[in-house]
Amino acid sequence: MQSVFTGPVYVVRDNIDTDQIISAQYLNLVPTIQEEYKKLGSYALAGLPDSLYPTRYVKEGQMESNYPIVIGGRNFGCGSSREHAPIALGAAKCRIVLAESFARIFFRNCVATGELYPCECADRLCDVLKTGDVVTVDLDKATVTVKETGKVYSFKALGDVRPVVDAGGLFNYARKTGMMPAST
Amino acid sequence: MTLTEKILARASGKATVQAGDNVWVSADILMTHDVCGPGTIGVFKREFGKTAKVWDKNKIVIIPDHYIFTADSLSNRNVDILRDFVREQGLPYFYDVIDDPNGQWKFDTTKGLLNRQYGSRYAGVCHTALPQKGHTRPGEILFGTDSHTCMAGAFNEFATGIGNTDAGFVMGAGKLLLKVPPTMHFRLEGKMQPGVMAKDIILHCIGEIGFDGATYRAMQFDGEGARHLSIDDRMTVANMAIEAGGKNGIFEFDEQTRAFVDYRCKLNGTKADYQPVERDADEKFIYEMVVDLSKLEPTVACHPDPGQRKLAKDMSTVKLDRAYVGSCTGGKTSDFLEFARVLNGKRVMIDTFGVPATPEIVHDLQTARWGEKTVWQILVDAGVQMTENAGCSACLGGPVDTFGRMNKPLVCISATNRNFPGRMGHKESKVFLASPATVAASALTGHVTDPREYLS
Repeated sequence: MQSVFTGPVYVVRDNIDTDQIISAQYLNLVPTIQEEYKKLGSYALAGLPDSLYPTRYVKEGQMESNYPIVIGGRNFGCGSSREHAPIALGAAKCRIVLAESFARIFFRNCVATGELYPCECADRLCDVLKTGDVVTVDLDKATVTVKETGKVYSFKALGDVRPVVDAGGLFNYARKTGMMPAST
Repeated sequence: MTLTEKILARASGKATVQAGDNVWVSADILMTHDVCGPGTIGVFKREFGKTAKVWDKNKIVIIPDHYIFTADSLSNRNVDILRDFVREQGLPYFYDVIDDPNGQWKFDTTKGLLNRQYGSRYAGVCHTALPQKGHTRPGEILFGTDSHTCMAGAFNEFATGIGNTDAGFVMGAGKLLLKVPPTMHFRLEGKMQPGVMAKDIILHCIGEIGFDGATYRAMQFDGEGARHLSIDDRMTVANMAIEAGGKNGIFEFDEQTRAFVDYRCKLNGTKADYQPVERDADEKFIYEMVVDLSKLEPTVACHPDPGQRKLAKDMSTVKLDRAYVGSCTGGKTSDFLEFARVLNGKRVMIDTFGVPATPEIVHDLQTARWGEKTVWQILVDAGVQMTENAGCSACLGGPVDTFGRMNKPLVCISATNRNFPGRMGHKESKVFLASPATVAASALTGHVTDPREYLS
């Protein structure tokens, strides 16, 4: 599985709740319908107030983001249990969210869907990085390297979560490991 | 063991569990609604097969409530997806918007937003409807595809919100892998003073521990003060455990719980037997706090998160554009009675919206009389826009034509449960959370106001 991801980051602050990740008005879209799944991606993080986040995560008219890595502060993904949140980020081609801490249900939904890797980093990267900075995340080493400065930060290794996301979520993992029959 | 640990031990077939254990827990009820139900059904069919049957049709409860009274065609379609699934699976507990099991739901905008547009089985907001329809029982495990599922902890059960994928798994397998959360202990003492409501208790607690102070944890509320709280009050407190990041909130079982649950199960003909859990002498808590209810004052959570606690009396400089009473947390009969008590004979100064959580609450308010008038009429005469279309409505924004939704950057005081940016619509709008009494007093003045100013 891919372990190293390099790309520009999109930086948000503390308490980014699921309404800001995917606004409630787009919850009429059903994630298991392919066309609606893609649409969810186009609205990822569109709930962030423009006054605080003038750069959009997904440019107007695009379906996917140019930022494969999102940097957050404390309590990322708090609020509702809507699985549309990690799905919108995943559909927008976000691969990793690196935050100081995560809300419980969002973290679990990232793993269950296999949409992205939720990585916890004790350093407040949201104070260090700005949107557009390029980093390299190495999941095996649990490090993130800032391209411009060369500075390396460590994050909490994903442990048992990693193979589940690698497999593409809970059901794929369960089949792969023999917990469920291979096909139905 | 704590109340939460005892339930999780029983549901996983173990003599004991402790915080941090990972256990497979059997579900007693899986609840889903129109926003997450279609996706959950999608996961279930994708993973278990197109012709798969749910694990136990008596244990699945489907309650459309979120985006019902809207012309948005996808939202209307989502209710139809639920109905198709219910028909195909033969599920008995579906609280449909319409009475025709083969029909299609379409909201008729020409009838306006205020007049009732639902059939005889429609139940309103899922968390309030679940207990009303006899689906919450002490000692049980309730999973719901909604974060405020924790509200049912008021009934001495373990109730928590899960995502579509987990729910799809439960739908097929009837169980879920959970980590046993450590329990935070909130011992309630004394009685609330006039003008103070259950909402003030939970806003106080969240302010104390912070917006993520209960992440991965259970919140247990007990003590003499908790026993004095009504069932509605306990529901309000348990509902907002998630606003501190909690996995669940839970209360002790007592005669009030028994009377409510027994009556409701009988009324709707649902399963009537259950086994409550009682407190052990050896409970281990990760945190302890004593709340003297007699010392609490009307409390507000300021924009932009539920942990931004202030006292209403210190906030008179905060000007408001509108006021809102509704939702699972703040749209119960008792909430509207307190709202009406403050507004009775007066007139609101700002746009004020009232959305009862369930049709039963609409009925309560339209039949309860204070003197010559019904409570409903008192509210309407005070200038409140009351809708009969019970549901989640603008608590979570919803489609742009949702009743009470903020489509401009306005400032709202609301009896709902969440106030992150954009929660009630426009992403530059602001929401201040407070009790229905504080919302009422503030609606009369146009700025945040302590309701005790209006108590005679």
